[in-house]
Amino acid sequence: MHPILIIVFAPLVASIIAGLGNKSLGKVPAKVITTGGLFLSCLLSWPIFLSFLHGTAEPSVTPVLEWVRSGDMQFNWELRVDTLTAVMLVVITSVSSLVHLYSWGYMDEEPDQPRFFAYLSLFTFAMLMLVTANNLVQMFFGWEGVGLASYLLIGFWFRKPSAGAAAIKAFVVNRVGDLGFMLGIFGVFLVFNTVSIPEILAHAHDYAGSTIGFLGFRAGTLTVLCLLLFIGAMGKSAQLGLHTWLPDAMEGPTPVSALIHAATMVTAGVFMVCRLSPLFVESETAMNFVTFIGAATCFFAATIGTTQWDIKRVIAYSTCSQLGYMFFAAGVGAFGPAMFHLFTHAFFKALLFLGAGSVIHAMHHEQDMRYYGGLRKHIPLTFWAMMFGTLAITGVGLEEIGGFAGFYSKDAIIEAAYAKGTGLGHFAAWMGIIAALLTSFYSWRLVFLTFFGKPRWNQSEHIQHAVHDSHGHGHDDHTHGHDHHGHHHAHDDDGTAGYHPHESPLVMMIPLAVLSFGAIFAGAIFTHFFVGIEGAPEFWRGALVFNKELAEAAEHLPTGIKLAPFFVMVIGLVTAWVCYLKVPSIPAAFVRTFKPLHTFIYNKWFFDELYDFLFVRTAFALGKIFWKGDKAIIDGLGPDGAARVVAAGSAGAKKIQSGFLTSYALWMLVGLVAAVTWVLKH
Amino acid sequence: MNGFPILSLMLAVPLVAAIACLFADAKGARWIALAATLVDFVLGIILWSHYQVGGAQWQFTESVPLFAGFKWALGIDGIALVLILLSVFLMPMCIGASWLAVQKRVPEYMALFLLIETLIIGVFTAQDIFLFYIFFEAGLIPMYLVIGIWGGADRIYASYKFFLYTLLGSVLMLVAMMWMVNLAGTSDVPTLMEYHFPVAAQKWLWLAFFASFAVKMPMWPVHTWLPDAHVQAPTAGSIILAGVLLKMGGYGFIRFSLPMFPEASAYFAPLVWGLSMVAVVYTSLVALVQSDMKKLIAYSSVAHMGVVTIGLFAFNRQGLEGSMMVMLAHGLVSGALFFCVGVIYDRLHTREINRYGGLSINMPKYALFFMFFTMASVGLPGTANFVGEFLSLGGIYQASSWVALIATTGIILGAAYMLYLYRRVAFGEQKNADAAAMPDLDGREWTMLALLAAATLWMGVYPESFIAPMRADIAHLDARLAQAKPKGDAQVTPGNPASVAPTEEEHAQGSAE
Repeated sequence: MHPILIIVFAPLVASIIAGLGNKSLGKVPAKVITTGGLFLSCLLSWPIFLSFLHGTAEPSVTPVLEWVRSGDMQFNWELRVDTLTAVMLVVITSVSSLVHLYSWGYMDEEPDQPRFFAYLSLFTFAMLMLVTANNLVQMFFGWEGVGLASYLLIGFWFRKPSAGAAAIKAFVVNRVGDLGFMLGIFGVFLVFNTVSIPEILAHAHDYAGSTIGFLGFRAGTLTVLCLLLFIGAMGKSAQLGLHTWLPDAMEGPTPVSALIHAATMVTAGVFMVCRLSPLFVESETAMNFVTFIGAATCFFAATIGTTQWDIKRVIAYSTCSQLGYMFFAAGVGAFGPAMFHLFTHAFFKALLFLGAGSVIHAMHHEQDMRYYGGLRKHIPLTFWAMMFGTLAITGVGLEEIGGFAGFYSKDAIIEAAYAKGTGLGHFAAWMGIIAALLTSFYSWRLVFLTFFGKPRWNQSEHIQHAVHDSHGHGHDDHTHGHDHHGHHHAHDDDGTAGYHPHESPLVMMIPLAVLSFGAIFAGAIFTHFFVGIEGAPEFWRGALVFNKELAEAAEHLPTGIKLAPFFVMVIGLVTAWVCYLKVPSIPAAFVRTFKPLHTFIYNKWFFDELYDFLFVRTAFALGKIFWKGDKAIIDGLGPDGAARVVAAGSAGAKKIQSGFLTSYALWMLVGLVAAVTWVLKH
Repeated sequence: MNGFPILSLMLAVPLVAAIACLFADAKGARWIALAATLVDFVLGIILWSHYQVGGAQWQFTESVPLFAGFKWALGIDGIALVLILLSVFLMPMCIGASWLAVQKRVPEYMALFLLIETLIIGVFTAQDIFLFYIFFEAGLIPMYLVIGIWGGADRIYASYKFFLYTLLGSVLMLVAMMWMVNLAGTSDVPTLMEYHFPVAAQKWLWLAFFASFAVKMPMWPVHTWLPDAHVQAPTAGSIILAGVLLKMGGYGFIRFSLPMFPEASAYFAPLVWGLSMVAVVYTSLVALVQSDMKKLIAYSSVAHMGVVTIGLFAFNRQGLEGSMMVMLAHGLVSGALFFCVGVIYDRLHTREINRYGGLSINMPKYALFFMFFTMASVGLPGTANFVGEFLSLGGIYQASSWVALIATTGIILGAAYMLYLYRRVAFGEQKNADAAAMPDLDGREWTMLALLAAATLWMGVYPESFIAPMRADIAHLDARLAQAKPKGDAQVTPGNPASVAPTEEEHAQGSAE
């Protein structure tokens, strides 16, 4: 039996046991089963990845069950393992098992734990089905499965109205993308007469230059297919236009944000484009579109990240922006760097989220950074974890010396985009550099606001509650954590309100430590395999299109371009330091001076308002109109109208009724003859 | 099963039990009805297991001449088989759903349901066109009575509307049937399915049949009877109405309209597409603004049936098989959703969505099942609906990308109205004390929902069990439709001529990878 079967199905089995057992099973058994299942998957995944790293493994497809056979449309349940899958396997199972472990601490006071862990494991199963898919429909199964798990987890605290709304939004906006994905699959079937991924990729080149009719237009066949599929990727990976669900998804518990909305699910779109890279490279239009969307998202999301106050939202926009990097890398044909950034990003972004979770845990569920400050001394381990994450995401490093994980992958992307040499490539590279500046700024802003400066906790309602509760007025129904600190009086002068944050328990610290290791070293260790000119073709072995010329061109760029990311990183750091530590009055002054700009960015470019007006309100308004139409027009002309006519007519008919049977018979005969004559004539 | 009249037996069991019910008391009638429907279910399983996939097109045939060429002719193909399976599976559910919910005139109620079962199976087994007509139309009467007697406050209006609508179409169909039999000289359905009617006549005949099937389906704009009928019907009535009676329209299309009038079907396909597209978008939007749970699900049925008609008139195997799968899936899932509504209606006696809220707190098991069927209704892969919708929509894409695009928006709108419903019912805080005090599922309810869920998953993960019996019949129909097939709008031009020659080589590369 191939270990992939256990890797994929252990989380499913664990999820079913924990989910159906739920409260009768008890918290601890449910946690042990799900976490154990995930660690088992993780332990089995690493050897597979390492064997691909050493070049000893062969791609394989393990059949599971027949699924659908309808004419030529055939697809089965089967698990594909190749280099690309192996990369995703270690990302998914590692982050997921760490998040499971972390949740033991983070969700400790939650009464509904079995449900939570069951959802987490269910998510992991769906994600694994997605990355092991050998046909587009199974990929779609995983695609929708992770969507379901995401919906359930965002809505985990279902009593909160905002959680319910965010869950629906995530699902429905994703469905818009799925519409594209589905049509893309249909189109692929129409053209290739199969939905099997290897067969499609093998024949992709045959259709370069052919055209297809779509919605009355004629366009390049592969352009249409790739764009449709890419709409799916945009939804899942929260790219510009379909990104609105991701920030709201932060309503879910923080471990969920780390696993689903940072490390794994949102990268599914990037994975899909890389998996189908031989198809995408055949359509220049599609590639340009991918590049443009990626570059635009990477800039757009980064601007919003600089203005938000909610610690999770900052990281959420940061994720959105980093995904943009991955997409424009793919768009210029640098699929290796795209996957590399996906890989390193999974570690440092999961780290940042879990670190933020640790801060939130320590700060009694306060998420507003305006009420943080000075936490460095109180939660030093979390502080260092966040520091490593920040150093990784801002791409600290120099070519001669080495650097943190993000340095290798992000620089590889910017260089590849520039090396592409086209106008769009340069545009993407510059967008990437500007976004790197913004990334550095908002990341250090987050660190400075949270860990440096003076405590500003006394303004937080959460903290006030906590202090109040600990003075003996605690409420039993208070589910959001309680703290066992001493009964000090509020020291309003030092800004702490008498509150003492505590470092999180060990089960939360171990994942932070492991991920810190990844954030520091993952880049240096793996750069040779993912993007190295010698290593990468050996490593990928056709699992994605590795453009060697592009990689070589990226080696020989002007020094100015190569150093630009480093310089902007320093500028961002210094700016953040000046604005938030040295002269804290600057941000407020800036906001006053550039009021309209700030309002525009702070309100996320007004996408939510626009969509609400365009789609949500319109749909409800149309629904009401149509519903009235049913009553007034259809029923009015139909049965109700007929009833009125009959009532009126029967009054007249009374006069015709003679009471003689023969005259009725005559009328019936006349009618029948007329009807039959009419039918026969036509 | 050589010569054993199992189909007649399946018709007779509920009929005899129906008569027996009339002489029993309430408790006795319940048990008789349950026993009879379970016997029919077992017979259905036997039918399934003895059906030879790849065998004769018509199996288990019986034929007894009655009078004037009119025959008691029964027989099934794979298409009929799976619909019979759906019916016999749902009937015990209906009895179970009415076990406590119906307290007045129980014997008559049970008798009517058993009569409905006989008539439904009759529709799917009849091989004589007039026999079919009788079963098809007679099915109206018990349903009319169920709504009219055991229905809600506005039941009289609803039952008349239901009756008038469905009857109106039928009259035209009868005239058409007479004309056909007259021309072809036989009332045998398999023979008529192979008969070539003149193309000009086909159009009129098609329209006459369409009038009847479109109402039954129901297609926009003759759908307005359905929400009223559902809202007023008792839970079991809704289950059987959505689960099986609506499928009679789809069955009519696939058994009569398509094989008998292929040219006319192709000619009118754009009409069907148009109405179906409107149905998907229009009724989904209407579902979004409903405040009555049953009405919401009823409107969603119309939208789902739109996908069925789109698939049927896609003129390819994916479309046809997809439509059949949507019908089966919708039978299970909408039946289950109506039962879910029934469960809380029995407790609180209101269908107003706003009276509920936060049910996940006091009814976690119920919330789980309701979530499951909500997701199934939304067409999540792994559930039955996905297979059907995917194939149907994939089928229509080959005919028209516009239709595919509009119809596929149903997956967005469907998610919106179903999740919005779920949120208002199961999420949020408990708003009303009486809703918050409702007990969770009891054993009977749990068992029924678990069975429905298991069937939904089975059909979603391994639909081959259900597609295999009808594959040959669909292929046969597809071949018959092939000559009339409308041209698709894709028309892919051959690409990259330079690369056509080395295809073999590339293929080898691809598989080496």
